[in-house]
Amino acid sequence: MGSITQDSLRLELVNISKQYPAVKANDSVNLRVEPGEIHAVLGENGAGKSTMMKMIYGAVRPDEGEIRWNGQAVNIRNPQEARALGISMVFQHFSLFDTLTAAENVWLGLDKSLTLAEVAQRMTKVEQEYGLEVDPQRPVHTLSVGERQRVEIVRALMTKPKCLILDEPTSVLTPQAVDKLFVVLRKLASEGTSILYISHKLDEIRALCHNCTVLRGGKVTGTVDPRLETNAGLSRLMIGAEPPQLQHIQARLGDVVLAVRGLTLPKEDHFGMNLSDIRFEVRAGEILGIAGVSGNGQQELMAALSGEDTRAPASSIHLFGKDISNHSPRRRRKEGLHFVPEERLGRGAVPTLSLAANTLLTRTEAVASSGWVRTKDVTTLAQELIRRFNVKTGGPDAAAKSLSGGNLQKFIVGREIHADPKLLIVSQPTWGVDVGAAAQIRGELLGLRDKGCALLIVSEELDELFEICDRLVVIAQGKVSPSVATSQATIEMIGEWMSGLWNKTVAKETDHAEA
Amino acid sequence: MLKLEARPEASKVMSVMSPVLALAVTVVIGTVLFVLLGKDPMRGLYVFFVEPVKSVYALTELAVKATPLILIALGLAVCFRSNVWNIGAEGQFIVGGIAAAGVAMTADKETGRWIVALVLLAGVFGGMVWAGIVAFLRDRFNANEILVSLMLVYVADQVLGYMVYGPWKDPAGFNFPQTITFLKSTSVPKLFPGFRVNIGLILALIAVAAFWVLLFRTYAGFQLQVGGLAPAAARYAGFSSRRALWTALLLSGGMAGLAGALEVAGPLGQLTPYVPAGYGFAAIIVAYVGRLHPVGIVFSAILMSMFYIGGELAQSRLGLPKSLTGVFQGLLLFTLLACDTLIHYRVRWQAARPAPPKPAAAALVSTAAAATTERAA
Repeated sequence: MGSITQDSLRLELVNISKQYPAVKANDSVNLRVEPGEIHAVLGENGAGKSTMMKMIYGAVRPDEGEIRWNGQAVNIRNPQEARALGISMVFQHFSLFDTLTAAENVWLGLDKSLTLAEVAQRMTKVEQEYGLEVDPQRPVHTLSVGERQRVEIVRALMTKPKCLILDEPTSVLTPQAVDKLFVVLRKLASEGTSILYISHKLDEIRALCHNCTVLRGGKVTGTVDPRLETNAGLSRLMIGAEPPQLQHIQARLGDVVLAVRGLTLPKEDHFGMNLSDIRFEVRAGEILGIAGVSGNGQQELMAALSGEDTRAPASSIHLFGKDISNHSPRRRRKEGLHFVPEERLGRGAVPTLSLAANTLLTRTEAVASSGWVRTKDVTTLAQELIRRFNVKTGGPDAAAKSLSGGNLQKFIVGREIHADPKLLIVSQPTWGVDVGAAAQIRGELLGLRDKGCALLIVSEELDELFEICDRLVVIAQGKVSPSVATSQATIEMIGEWMSGLWNKTVAKETDHAEA
Repeated sequence: MLKLEARPEASKVMSVMSPVLALAVTVVIGTVLFVLLGKDPMRGLYVFFVEPVKSVYALTELAVKATPLILIALGLAVCFRSNVWNIGAEGQFIVGGIAAAGVAMTADKETGRWIVALVLLAGVFGGMVWAGIVAFLRDRFNANEILVSLMLVYVADQVLGYMVYGPWKDPAGFNFPQTITFLKSTSVPKLFPGFRVNIGLILALIAVAAFWVLLFRTYAGFQLQVGGLAPAAARYAGFSSRRALWTALLLSGGMAGLAGALEVAGPLGQLTPYVPAGYGFAAIIVAYVGRLHPVGIVFSAILMSMFYIGGELAQSRLGLPKSLTGVFQGLLLFTLLACDTLIHYRVRWQAARPAPPKPAAAALVSTAAAATTERAA
């Protein structure tokens, strides 16, 4: 054991275990973080990363083991105590009040010895120091997602933490914003702040972190220097195997399946996004990807395409040349349009109902014309989906909520693929899905494309879009860019487009715009 | 220290045992109550739980009370499963009764027995209209159906009062607020001579089967329930929430109206201000104690009628106030809600720890904010 370096460690976890009713989330894990170190915690969903962080932050208490802070054993009973020690955390889901200003939000999280004006002043100081510019007086709902994250980070930095925990901080950022964030984090580290960086994005970890602890199934499978590792090496530690390579056959383009023309739609609620004059086409046998930072109109566009929102103006959405703008989701499904929403529980599936019953949401083969449900057929269909798409579950009677995210996603994507759609629209196909399941889902989507189906895929993961799409468009501020063939696009260019700046590039390369 | 721990998945055993456990706890608390009231607890329990099932006559009386409870609770179960909160079944019951009375009073000496069908249909129609008002206001103006349906109970009560004190008052009735006694031809056929139980019981049992089929074997029933369980999933699937609202309310209104008609043209035989006996409200408890399941509702309706009859007997035999019925009903619902916790949690004995970790105020605030932002997103 490194008893010599013990005193110089900022944070140490020794044989920490946490048992939840169904699962051992952390099984005797160890973690050693030095001052000024950017330490990655890598693992699939459900590997135990969040539990580990919650124990450090005092939100959950370990069953066994010891947490040492600057060499002293500590008992962190709640987040206040964690903050008092100098531990701050930036959560993946922002916890800001939309109607308050940035300064008011920061003020809420601090002890009340400071006035609001003082808080705003100190915010400005912190912001200048780290290049995190956000106007403290702006209401949060007017801020972009990247700016909101900056508010969260500024809030965390206000207490001058010695250890900053960041949970999947880049999932909502453009590549350029990620670079900016890394600059800030490196500066913080150089001043002696330890940073715990939770992620499953291998490239980022290799670019940023000094050290990396890999978790799998609640256990530490390795602590490595990510700068010396390959993606394959890290991924082996994370999932125990390398993700299978995808077969990518040249696209055989068919007719135009989906044509969106002049789709303009005012937002339905206060915090939505207006869609303005959206136009694009998807042909049979190709995958069109929609890139973009979340909250730029993806939700609204998906609702208009799926039929959940039928306010789209007449003749703005065509399926095989037929105007479907005001058709209901059921009618669109009959016409061959199937959709996989990003929320699995509560939208793509009813949490408390069985998998068998959940097939009935979009599949009506087992419903007789009289409206009678042939329960045997329903069960058979569910069994078939479970078998074909390799869903790990107790069986067709298992409640949807009892499945892990990846398995439920396989089931839902499988349910729509199995319906033999002519156009499949998928929103965030692998969000929160582990690497193995993600590879399987991507493979299934490619297989469907090769059979001549048209696919439209919305994802925030650029790597994923580049991996499976034939063409890309970018959505920003409710507008959609012209399309570009994936082979001619670069991450940098798409990243720039994600900020809405495509007119420059397009003017230069009009020829390439339409593939 | 006792500690509640979330179960990895809901316990199937407890979801069946919870009502049984709730009943046991109700009995225990009831015993204490009898002792406190200075009565022999054994005798009290005997009156509540044995006398109502002691003889054939007692059993038929139990059925008389259970019939309207089953009918109303079936409709409410569909409503509650569809996330439509119809609290005003009592009002729909009253209007159903008024409509049935209106038809029954048109009968004369030559009218055949077919009029009964008309009387019952009028009841169904009356209940549907009353519930339809709720559906319309919710659909058109997004009015809260809990408030609207509840307030319409009192409106229905006033309408009933107006009819029996006004236009429909029996001219030969010594100025009592009641209608004429309906002609024999309009009365709901009895099952056995000498007992009050009538074909309403058969209708109720047919309805149990029909509702079971609707809920668990038809696509329409599936759509209704998805709307209640996960509205976003219903929208995704393309199930109309408007249709679910109208279906659920019209169905439950019709069932309550049918119960009202059976009551008015059955045991009562005339319209009086005392038609509303609280069945519409008790049926809410019946529906929940019966797990919103048609078969469960049969058992809980029988239980609830035992409380009704027990309450009346406790009044005459033990000199206890009749409101004891309400106390027992309430007790049962409360203990059931408490026992339901055990479906999702188990109790564990744990050594006391110093100062349980309290979530920091800031953490609370931030979770609230997270919830709002997530919803907004």
